[in-house]
Amino acid sequence: MPKRTDIHKILVIGSGPIIIGQAAEFDYSGTQACLALREEGYETVLVNSNPATIMTDNEIADHVYIEPLTVESVSRIIRKEYPDAILPTLGGQIGLNLAVALSKTGLLDELGIQLLGTKLDSIDEAEDREKFKELMQRLGEPVPASQTVETVDEALDFAHQIGYPVIVRPAFTMGGTGGGMCHNDEELRTIAANGLDLSPVTQCLIEKSIAGYKEIEFEVMRDASNNAMVVCCMENFDPVGIHTGDSIVFAPSQTLSDREYQMLRDCALKLIRALKIEGGCNVQLALDPNSYHYDVIEVNPRVSRSSALASKATGYPIAKMAAKIAVGLNLDEIKNPVTGTTYAEFEPALDYVVCKIPRWPFDKFTRADRRLGSQMKATGEVMAIGRTAEEALQKAVRSLEIDQKDLFSAPAHAATDIQLEDKLVHAEDDRLFYIAEAFRRGYTIEDVHELTKINDYFLDVVHHLIELEGQIKDHPKDLATLKTAKKYGFSDPTIAKLWQMKPDQVRALRKANGIIPVYKMVDTCAAEFDSSTPYFYSTYDRQNESQRTAKKSVLVIGSGPIRIGQGVEFDYATVHCVKALQSLGYEAIVMNSNPETVSTDFSVSDKLYFEPLTLEDVMNVIDLEQPVGAIVQFGGQTAINLAAGLAKNGVQILGTSVKDLDAAEDRRIFDDIIKRLELKQPVGLTATTHQGVIDAADQIGYPVLVRPSYVLGGKAMEIVYNEKELRQYLQENADVAADHPILIDAYLEGRECEVDAICDGTDVLLPGIMEHIEHAGVHSGDSMAVYPPQSFDDDIKQQIVSATKELAIALKCRGIMNIQFIIHDHEAYVLEVNPRASRTVPFLSKITGIEMAQVATRVIMGKSLAAQGYHDGLYPESTMIHVKAPVFSFNKLDDVDSYLGPEMKSTGEVMGTDQTFAKALYKAFAGAKMQLPDNGSVLLTIEDNDKQTILPLAKRFALIGWRLLATSGTADFLKDHGLHVETVGKIGEDDGDHNILRVIKDNKVDLVINTMGHDYAKNSDGFIIRQTAIEHNIPLLTALDTVDALLMALENRSFTTAAL
Amino acid sequence: MMERYLVLEDGSVYAGEGFGADRSTLGEVVFTTGMTGYQEAITDQSYANQILVFTNPLIGNYGVNLDDYESLEPQIKGVICHQVARRPSNWRMQDTLPNFLDQQDVPGIQGIDTRELVRKLRQHGTLRGAIVDDVADLASLVKKLRAAHPTANIISQVSTKSPYPNPGTKRNIVVIDFGIKHSILRELAERECNVIVLPYTATAQQVLNLKPDGVLLSNGPGDPEEMGAAAQMVAEVEKHLPLFGICMGHQIFALANGAQTYRMKFGHRGFNHPVRNIATGEIAFTSQNHGYAVDPASVDSDKLLVTHVEVNDGTVEGLRHKQYPAFSVQFHPDAAPGPHDADSLFDDFISMVDQQRSERTNA
Repeated sequence: MPKRTDIHKILVIGSGPIIIGQAAEFDYSGTQACLALREEGYETVLVNSNPATIMTDNEIADHVYIEPLTVESVSRIIRKEYPDAILPTLGGQIGLNLAVALSKTGLLDELGIQLLGTKLDSIDEAEDREKFKELMQRLGEPVPASQTVETVDEALDFAHQIGYPVIVRPAFTMGGTGGGMCHNDEELRTIAANGLDLSPVTQCLIEKSIAGYKEIEFEVMRDASNNAMVVCCMENFDPVGIHTGDSIVFAPSQTLSDREYQMLRDCALKLIRALKIEGGCNVQLALDPNSYHYDVIEVNPRVSRSSALASKATGYPIAKMAAKIAVGLNLDEIKNPVTGTTYAEFEPALDYVVCKIPRWPFDKFTRADRRLGSQMKATGEVMAIGRTAEEALQKAVRSLEIDQKDLFSAPAHAATDIQLEDKLVHAEDDRLFYIAEAFRRGYTIEDVHELTKINDYFLDVVHHLIELEGQIKDHPKDLATLKTAKKYGFSDPTIAKLWQMKPDQVRALRKANGIIPVYKMVDTCAAEFDSSTPYFYSTYDRQNESQRTAKKSVLVIGSGPIRIGQGVEFDYATVHCVKALQSLGYEAIVMNSNPETVSTDFSVSDKLYFEPLTLEDVMNVIDLEQPVGAIVQFGGQTAINLAAGLAKNGVQILGTSVKDLDAAEDRRIFDDIIKRLELKQPVGLTATTHQGVIDAADQIGYPVLVRPSYVLGGKAMEIVYNEKELRQYLQENADVAADHPILIDAYLEGRECEVDAICDGTDVLLPGIMEHIEHAGVHSGDSMAVYPPQSFDDDIKQQIVSATKELAIALKCRGIMNIQFIIHDHEAYVLEVNPRASRTVPFLSKITGIEMAQVATRVIMGKSLAAQGYHDGLYPESTMIHVKAPVFSFNKLDDVDSYLGPEMKSTGEVMGTDQTFAKALYKAFAGAKMQLPDNGSVLLTIEDNDKQTILPLAKRFALIGWRLLATSGTADFLKDHGLHVETVGKIGEDDGDHNILRVIKDNKVDLVINTMGHDYAKNSDGFIIRQTAIEHNIPLLTALDTVDALLMALENRSFTTAAL
Repeated sequence: MMERYLVLEDGSVYAGEGFGADRSTLGEVVFTTGMTGYQEAITDQSYANQILVFTNPLIGNYGVNLDDYESLEPQIKGVICHQVARRPSNWRMQDTLPNFLDQQDVPGIQGIDTRELVRKLRQHGTLRGAIVDDVADLASLVKKLRAAHPTANIISQVSTKSPYPNPGTKRNIVVIDFGIKHSILRELAERECNVIVLPYTATAQQVLNLKPDGVLLSNGPGDPEEMGAAAQMVAEVEKHLPLFGICMGHQIFALANGAQTYRMKFGHRGFNHPVRNIATGEIAFTSQNHGYAVDPASVDSDKLLVTHVEVNDGTVEGLRHKQYPAFSVQFHPDAAPGPHDADSLFDDFISMVDQQRSERTNA
């Protein structure tokens, strides 16, 4: 069918802030969809609350709204824009849920707006557990037997019916808390009883266990004419039992025979046809490793994280095709953009192996429960491509940017056999390294299979690498061995470690003997057709396909996997850097390892190298491409960390030089510059020994802020109030502290703010100042922030501007930098300088209209600010107020304390914009899922130190008609000050209805404010209260400044009620 | 590890590591893009006297088993791949691929930059090649390759020498063996057919004498124009019996009705080829293995209707006779390896057979 001409204007719904399970992949799919719709000539309207996205750029859609993704707010947009249709299937679960909610209000019927893509009842059929089960029965497709139970007896009855083992899944508990596998009545009795107790609705699902089955995923597409096809089949390294988002995944399937593959393909196509999906869809299947029996696990009736991965793994742009299908085109009418000659109705053939490994946040959340299961915990992922599974796996491992650079892990090496076996049985994020260690210790594949249930083929991939590790070790400098090692993905540093050499020496030996990688194209068709996709990966094979062009090129280094502290913002900046380079006439070459993002869409850059971001891998590309230089300012700390090594190898670092980058990060040099400029800075000292740290803290005076140098997102940063806490800190961070010196700073009270500045050596442009709403002590990434500043007078702004200018010039910044200040006693103190783009770049770019990464890139390439039409100094402030609010994923992670502190914990952000601060705040809160009733109940548990601060806030709650609930201490204090407070019982104090936890569990409160923070033991009352609030989805605030801001937003909606 | 070489007729040499049988071999080098199904491909007689390159970087990963044979004695001359799995793993596995190849006397070579090779074949078209132990006398080897015609008269080599039955009940079907894949027999067996397989030399009279309910022309290797006698047989048989041609059978059916075939540059080998049913617009992903195709310009529209085309290059993929109950497809509805999307063509054949049968009975 040709495209539809009865619709002209289409609303695309984005996916909102990044949370665990819904990350940058939806920026990629949304961007692709918008571009595809424009390509077909439709007028597009986009709404998303997340400013840190390419899809919210003005050039992606005709009308872009950065507004909360709520029914209320999107309805307003619809009534303003009158779209003919809505495309909801590209904005993840959020977009889909919103479309369903909008349709339920009747608005779409009222205005005659159609929903494009898959129909709502199909979506419902795929997502509703019972309806899906019925559909599967109708189709004769097997699903694991399951039943929802409300009593232990029901659970036992059902288990007897289906046989053990069974899995208990309590309904609505965090991270599947309280669930588990049961092999007999006794276990089931215990676990079901516990699960029922924990479930807020006293329900558990009892399911036949298929743990140990192979987990196979199909990415499938279908058009309205019922053409259906498989884009990619992926096989999990980890068998069923671990969420696919937390599994290591290979593509294409590695262990399926054709019979098995075709049987499962038939099933996937049957499902997509039965569900009448119009677009992309993900089908998860479980295959018994010992028979043809399989079960359907689930179907996602929309593009997903897996479809982004499949798009990058095959080169086939699923979201783009899905958008075209949604407007009526058929697969055999759309050209395959990869080959340009074949049609989109084509099942890609791969001639390489793809490996995906999730990136988990446990380096930040060191206290979190690392056990992997049915709840996804990863924040991001890396993908690597090789010609063997071994090569792909090793490239993926070194792309992770974690402590493990290869399959050797010190903790695994230090583990006893008992610990090791426990790690193999109970999968955590690092199981791969324990498998490798087991083989090093002589465990056989059978042994490890017994413990892990992982397929022998996959285990042999690891075993092979350990055998090779031994061979490499035994043959120092042997060229044949070196060649083999490279073929299977060993990095120079790993080989160097085994040969007790330096990585440089291995590299030199390699190059001297012509052992260099070639680059092969990802072309969807295994070279069967001529393609010109500029999408490459390295391998050690014969023929190189990537040809250097005559055009001058620049290498842009991306930011790798999404993790806490380094999110999609850096991908945004990377993409803009590419655009600016292209407009200047350069060939922009991107290197990155993240399959979720826009920067790894091969149509974004002139050339994409999907590679690990390590010095070796980057140098290999540079050797081939000979770019004029590399840009490292936009790829977060990942790219910055590569700068020194690249420069040492003679690579021109474009923009701020490596020496000057160091000046910003080296404490001593930086302090000298601050002194020379006579700027203010909190007193700070550096120490390398524990005693040194303690002495320094004494000298400065408590409280102090301690952290290791060279950190990202405040890793291992804490405010300590006394020596006891300091000693505990040092003990807990011993491994971090060993690598780098520790910084000790005075902790000043005051308002924080930050600026991003673009400097060309003469002029310094400050697009804007962002004032943080929370006091210093809450990490800037976790703070709410407002632009323009609301509490700074011109004098403070002037101090900030002049300090920024002086610093930018003194640090010889060329390009972009970020400075954080604290305003203490009406003076601006410099807190830290990051000589690179920060996470506020997209936010400030959107609200000021200055494409900061592009302006900075042009500066880097030699075009002055003046030549670009910008003036020195602070850019005129906008009249609109913009508020950024962080978004957290605490409900996905067990045992992570949600108390905000100097360690960054948020995973995403939203923006609220309006004419007044209060309205902008309200929108920001709404976007961050803190939409509160006009008259609600707030539960207060406040530490003694904060009681004076809470008093006026509590009064304000009372004034706008909120009920106050508090535990005895806080309640008594507030009552003494004339407030009406209901006392609730403390934990363990009262088992009745008025117990604090019961009140939360029964949804009797709308907001929990808890500041009991300093005791972060897992069993502390403060922790338990916060955890309970999060488990029951009750909005929780731990910083009183945020409460103040929230009140401002609520007050703005309220009327004054005062007696005469 | 045994170092071996792949030599092509253009003089290029690729070093790799031998596996399977330890002997030299010569054949036509072709590639398949299927990502699974190496066992079915290797035992597919349509690859007779060819050396098959797998674009999937790994083969041998699930071993070899008795169920997946497409012929009992593979006629393939060699296997080229990037990597053979060290440790295959599958519940049905009975042997490893290298062992199997060794027993079947088929040499293999791994460690080849198969992508480079495929790009060459794509540009130059199919090339003759050899797997050898040394390349000391490259010049004479290349000369030998250029003189070779590996697939000449190949059907006489692969077709059965004497008739044999594949007993069943209900329908009597004669299958003409041009190099048949077992999957065709499996599909017929599933549909209650009593099958008699005849050699490619069968005459129309021999076929008709068996009084079958229908005739199926099988797949097979080589150049269809060599099958003049078979085409004559088909031209006669189609007048009397429902007929279904697959792959080589399709080409012979075309020749029998006046069309011509041509040699393709590098053929279609793999199973992601989308084929459109012109009447319904439906698209099926099909398993294919052919180096020749029917020239659409030569199709006599009084006799034949083009029913299917390849979506991307427009190759003729299906024909139907305008007067007789006879049709053919260039692809393999029997899959193995490959998708089952076009499986229903066997049902079409069976209903055609049944209809004729009932007409005969009622007549």
